[in-house]
Amino acid sequence: MTAINLGFPSVACPVVVEHVDLSVDVADEISALNDVDRKAELHTLEMKAIRDGTVASVHSWELVTAVDGPGTRMTLFLSGCLLRCQYCHNPDTWKMRDGLVTPIDDLVARMTRYLGVFKATNGGLTISGGEPLMQPAFVKRMFKEAHALGVHTTLDTSGYLGKSASDELLDNVDLVLLDVKSGLPETYKKVTGRELAPTIAFGDRLAERNIPVWVRFVLVPGLTDAVDNVEAVVDIVAGWPNVQRVEVLPFHQMGEDKWDRLSIPYPLHGVHPPENDVLNRVRGQFEARGLTVF
Amino acid sequence: MTVTDGIRSDQQGLAETGPAEFVSGPWQDSINLRDFIQRNYTPYLGDASFLAGATERTTGIWAKLSAMFPVEREKGVYDIDATTPSSITAHKPGYIDKDNEVIVGLQTDAPLKRAIMPFGGWRMVATSLETYGYPVSPELETIFTDYRKTHNTAVFDVYPPGVRRARSSHLITGLPDAYGRGRIIGDYRRVALYGIDALIAGKKNDRAELDMEPSTEDIIRAREENSEQIRALKELAQMAASYGSDISKPATTAKEAVQWLYFAYLGAVKEQNGAAMSFGRNAAFLDAYIERDLAAGTLTEEGAQELIDDLVIKLRIVRFLRTPEYDEIFAGDPTWVTESLAGIGEDGRPLVTKTAFRFLQTLYNVGPAPEPNLTVLWSDKLPEGFKRFCAQVSIDTSAIQYESDELIRNEMGDDAAIACCVSPMRVGKQMQFFGARVNAVKALLYSINGGKDEVSGKQIAPATAPNTDEVLDYDTVFPAYLETLEWLAETYVTALNCIHYMHDKYAYERLEMALHDKEIIRTLACGIAGLSVVADSLSAIKYATVRPVRDETGLVVDYTVEGEFPTFGNDDDRVDVIAVDVMERFMTMIRKHPTYRDAIHTQSILTITSNVVYGKATGNTPDGRRKGEPFAPGANPMNGRDTHGMLASALSVAKLPYSEAQDGISLTNTVVPSGLGHTKDEQITSLVGLLDAFTSATGYHLNVNVLNKETLEDAMLHPENYPQLTIRVSGYAVNFVRLTREQQMDVISRTFHSH
Repeated sequence: MTAINLGFPSVACPVVVEHVDLSVDVADEISALNDVDRKAELHTLEMKAIRDGTVASVHSWELVTAVDGPGTRMTLFLSGCLLRCQYCHNPDTWKMRDGLVTPIDDLVARMTRYLGVFKATNGGLTISGGEPLMQPAFVKRMFKEAHALGVHTTLDTSGYLGKSASDELLDNVDLVLLDVKSGLPETYKKVTGRELAPTIAFGDRLAERNIPVWVRFVLVPGLTDAVDNVEAVVDIVAGWPNVQRVEVLPFHQMGEDKWDRLSIPYPLHGVHPPENDVLNRVRGQFEARGLTVF
Repeated sequence: MTVTDGIRSDQQGLAETGPAEFVSGPWQDSINLRDFIQRNYTPYLGDASFLAGATERTTGIWAKLSAMFPVEREKGVYDIDATTPSSITAHKPGYIDKDNEVIVGLQTDAPLKRAIMPFGGWRMVATSLETYGYPVSPELETIFTDYRKTHNTAVFDVYPPGVRRARSSHLITGLPDAYGRGRIIGDYRRVALYGIDALIAGKKNDRAELDMEPSTEDIIRAREENSEQIRALKELAQMAASYGSDISKPATTAKEAVQWLYFAYLGAVKEQNGAAMSFGRNAAFLDAYIERDLAAGTLTEEGAQELIDDLVIKLRIVRFLRTPEYDEIFAGDPTWVTESLAGIGEDGRPLVTKTAFRFLQTLYNVGPAPEPNLTVLWSDKLPEGFKRFCAQVSIDTSAIQYESDELIRNEMGDDAAIACCVSPMRVGKQMQFFGARVNAVKALLYSINGGKDEVSGKQIAPATAPNTDEVLDYDTVFPAYLETLEWLAETYVTALNCIHYMHDKYAYERLEMALHDKEIIRTLACGIAGLSVVADSLSAIKYATVRPVRDETGLVVDYTVEGEFPTFGNDDDRVDVIAVDVMERFMTMIRKHPTYRDAIHTQSILTITSNVVYGKATGNTPDGRRKGEPFAPGANPMNGRDTHGMLASALSVAKLPYSEAQDGISLTNTVVPSGLGHTKDEQITSLVGLLDAFTSATGYHLNVNVLNKETLEDAMLHPENYPQLTIRVSGYAVNFVRLTREQQMDVISRTFHSH
């Protein structure tokens, strides 16, 4: 019941991925390979399919309203992420091998089922994760299918793997939800375990292509709330004219039970949601540069 | 025709006294409310900006009542007239604040004072009086036990043993065999449009026709009913006269129209303690009078709003005397004064009027409240301004519910209204024999246990071979379940036939039926509780490994489940088709059995709040639900198992075909405000979109709560701070603080969709 309910018979077999893109560091995923003793041939087929994008490793899907883009969205949460954000509320999406390998045809069929919903709510398809750009071939195909059906597309990403997104992929993206998790490289590293630069580069690319962006910034007391860190985010974002809105998301503790269930030590145990005055201060920092803030 | 004469003469009178005449038509030749509305209403396509706030007068009246509510909440009742069996004329006029009320009339001689209505059953009256510490009159007890047979006594005279067994084992519960069946909507508008004289004349015409028929049992009964109806109409005129109104002729102003409509309804709730005493579809009708007076300059917007505010205040304080056991099934003291708003007409014009807005506006002017049960007949074709106002009101108050206008109109035309929660009927042309519901979950457990009750071990259903498998096999379990359902359907229809035969005989709704046509459609409204538990249980048996756990007597008392299985509420066809299959098959089984007065078989997927008591009486189930745990309400997926978002949950329910549940399919959903968007504007847009998407996918009914869990938890701790906190439960709304602790916990444990 906890796994994906697609309503279609699917290959219910874990998958291990050798690598996603040669240009990125996928050490975690490769190391996983050594632990696993699977039927090699099936493996190869699945990995090939993931690289081709004819299947995806999917954590779950949901019909969501008003959070992952405009209207009601079919949001696909893909499995696999290279970031290890301290405040992650979906640590169960970190490993690609934990997902359910699902044929793209099944997912297109489900998307087709919701054409009426998208029309009624001005909604569409959102691919989130995890990090969707861990599976760029699938994302490219899926968005292409969506556009063929006249469905609005949204990519929810940290931008860390922005290089994996080909121009062809971006051709079929109507909106990007871009997480800018911190503005100072050292804070970014502390929050996510990775570098900030790729996200900025991806944002610049989206700006060049004039793809609408909603920026998201999670405000965590004691971690991301420093005035200079926020100001650095504002500096980055203010340089992108294609940003339509900034969502300042107050940190909440709703993810903790998932960390516990996965037996991963939770770094933010006991941290409280930000006080209203801090929230208002941060929102004010964005607004001061003429950005629309939610 | 007398009806015609009466009306025509009055219309001429109107022309002389000032206001413009209504557009004439067939409604003047015979009773035809729909024709009157269609010719005379003004669709309103704008937004809510024209609305007026509460006047000091309105606020003052409401404050008087509000001061009385805490006492009522504390004691359970504010006061009871323990010695006057209620009738249309039994009580002297009563007022809240005589000098300031615009619309007058109370059920007894004082607000919130409840009447006794012993014709349904004496036991209910006596138990209620004892519960609340009032003396039980020995004289009345003698009358209603020794001299006057009640409906309750009569039904038990004729129940066969199978029905009694099914009833006492909680397989069939909530039957209206000890209380008024309700779910009948008198066409109260008729009194305002035609006046009592014309209505009596019409009934006398009917009688003349009946007198020409041979005196068969049916015709004799119809003649007696006709006589009772005429008597009731005369009593209604008397009651109105006691308040200083002559309602013999048609209403001539908006104020009269509202007042006379209300008198008609008041007569009904003085006479009948029906489970649901619904109000009908009155907004467009009243709007015609209001528009006329506004145009003539004899009424202002503020005045128009006052009329509706005052009417709604009256509807909010309709009270019946009921027992604590009754409250378990129908929690929160509901009366289901359901008013159906909006919809689209058969000609494509929206039936949205300014008065539909005015009804919704009462939730701001006198705060949120569960009654009247404001029900919007939703269509994606409704004007944008109205849609947005509805969504705004839902977000602000959680007090309104939505039903699919398309589904109802296609079946019943554009002058149908909802009775109770989800039961549609043509106003004045159709009534139902309310049948509560069967516990479909228990039936599944019986089929596994060879017809024995899983809690008591008693043989309830006819003995069949109990399942002896180590692992339950779908292909064995399902046919056995169908066999049990066949027996249940027969037993159920038998029970309902007994009940309604006797209800007609001993507790006939004289006034409500006087406000119906001579020839009416009757439905036998059956129902199912626990459909999602059944679907999930069968899904577990089909897709996972379910092992029965037997006690020392061999009775299956628990189940172990290994593996995963799809659950209802995730738009997953694998399990959703099981739910559809079960409800379709049960409907087919019901249809096999003849009904009293040739009523048309229907069913609902609705539980009111009985999902809690049903669950309490039902053992462990193969889906992992524990013994005693509540079912999901109505057609809802089980709490917490609908993990793919509110709309996916709703789309599973939308697959249940309305054609096989024409008495309605109820879905209650709760979403936290932030789950609809960042700004109010965005939230409104989202909710409108969700409602459009749901109804476009043939969803039938949606209760929408926009609430934070924390609000409810705080209200449990500090009820005094939330006297008007209103939530939708299952086809109706309640004051949250008036639910029992158990029911409050049930509501809080339901899925809150956060995104």
